[in-house]
Amino acid sequence: MKFLKLKPTVGLLSIPYSLIFIFFFFIPLTLTFIISFWDYNEYSIIPDFIFENYAYIFKDCLNFEKDICVTFKTYLSTFMFCFITWFFTLIIGFFVAYFLAFYVNSITWQIVLFLLCTIPFWTSNVIRMISWIPLLGRNGLVNDFLLSTGLADEPQEWLLYSGFSIVLAFVHLYTLFMIVPIFNSMMRIDKSIIEAAYDNGANGLQILWNVIIPLCKPGIVIGSIFVITVVMGDFITIGIMGGQQIPSIGKIIYVEMSYLQLPAAAANAVILLALTLLIIWIMTKMIDIRKEL
Amino acid sequence: MLNKKNKTYYVCVFFFCLFVLFLYGPTFTIVLLSFQGPDGGLTFPLNGVSTYWFEELWRGGSVVDIGSAFKRSIILGVIVMVLTVLLSVSAGLAFRKKFWGSDTLFFATVASLIVPSIVLSLGVALQFRLLDDFTKWLGSTFDINYINEFFQTTLGMFTSGLGAQLTWTLPFGLLIMFAVFNRFDKSYEEAARDLGATPWKTFKEVVFPLIAPSIIGIALFGFTLSYDELARSSQVMGAGNTLPLELKGLTTTVTTPVIYALGTVTTFVSFSVIGISIACYIWLKRKRG
Repeated sequence: MKFLKLKPTVGLLSIPYSLIFIFFFFIPLTLTFIISFWDYNEYSIIPDFIFENYAYIFKDCLNFEKDICVTFKTYLSTFMFCFITWFFTLIIGFFVAYFLAFYVNSITWQIVLFLLCTIPFWTSNVIRMISWIPLLGRNGLVNDFLLSTGLADEPQEWLLYSGFSIVLAFVHLYTLFMIVPIFNSMMRIDKSIIEAAYDNGANGLQILWNVIIPLCKPGIVIGSIFVITVVMGDFITIGIMGGQQIPSIGKIIYVEMSYLQLPAAAANAVILLALTLLIIWIMTKMIDIRKEL
Repeated sequence: MLNKKNKTYYVCVFFFCLFVLFLYGPTFTIVLLSFQGPDGGLTFPLNGVSTYWFEELWRGGSVVDIGSAFKRSIILGVIVMVLTVLLSVSAGLAFRKKFWGSDTLFFATVASLIVPSIVLSLGVALQFRLLDDFTKWLGSTFDINYINEFFQTTLGMFTSGLGAQLTWTLPFGLLIMFAVFNRFDKSYEEAARDLGATPWKTFKEVVFPLIAPSIIGIALFGFTLSYDELARSSQVMGAGNTLPLELKGLTTTVTTPVIYALGTVTTFVSFSVIGISIACYIWLKRKRG
């Protein structure tokens, strides 16, 4: 940027953008934090400084004689979904990106195939979720297939409205979040490095493991952050694909809001946000995001 | 070399095709099922072929007022699109130079993408609730008739709803601008300036035509992400729901293929917008030569 003679006033162009973030990002999140210490009754929220909302969340959690408390149970289940989804999106996303970056030679085809992966991201998530119903339902295609081939004696109930269908939907919806940053990292790899490894006698697997994967680390980290945070705060996918039976933190907040227990919802939101930020903080220790664009 | 067409290549091709099938297959099934006859159900086999369920959707049978939700979503999508383009392009220009608060703003941009949507939605809802209380307090304290008689809420599609959606679309817009300017050849701009062009003229005649195709990309993100947005909008839309919110409600109540017909219609809208955007992009690239 050394040669660019921009006037200092060009920074003023960021004001409208900043205003949106001040008004719809900084203030709302600050208010959420403040209100998490407020009191409430059936109709209104009352300014106060109490810790009851937090205490209620962890009620029974430190009592080890009883079963594990609801809060920990919900977080555990959410972490499980995070981990399984992360695992599958990473494997699938990595190999799709790998194919696009190294096996598709013409730029035009690269763009076309990349777009093919991206287009579903621009369509409705709800529709993409319910489109699994005719496949996985009790009378769905998968069950028809299993019954007609004799692989199962009765319709399989675990296919839909279960942990399985939730993970399936997450992978279906969010693998793109892995593909894009990993593909971006791969496109920056100097092809001559791979050539050099090959000339030195490395086989395909060695090149993949010792050259490509280490160089893709930033992409993998960015993709992982996206997938993990989106699953952490989810309440819609888990709601629809879990048949409204499986708990999640997002769902707790959603339900508390519908009962107008706003300070309680705010306390849950603060904890969720803190945990999410902690995960991101650990992951960004590994890379500098700004260099990756 | 890697691009030699050996066995691994074909395994990769096969894997990729499988992935594309996984991406599009389910959507294709509901499009197929939405063209069933009147006796059709939610699953296969297909009971005849007709456009019955689309007519049913059009009549509004058994479904809430989908037409107006649809209209609201389109209008909001267009407004979000225009604002996303204007604000992220201008912020992108500003970010080419370090300015006061630029690091914080960049942090907020990235943070906004990863903050759980329900948390943001809750925050905006709380903010507007306090704003309502404050307005009512103003009305009663200073005896402002207009507020006392007519004021209901500040929460609404074009206030809180619009803002919440912008926190989702703007980061995509700004990140696209970053990617554009990282690869931008500044010598054209320098040349224009050396020839005596004003900053505005340089932008209009040189920079804008060069970044125009990317602006189409930002517009595409702005519209489609708003049109399908659900999590951030869920608490802040006030009285009128957008289409995705209605759709989410319908998943638990509707048990006829009418929901598939609706799915087909919204997917068709999304695909049309994507198609038009890609066509514009190619046209602009070609025009530039």
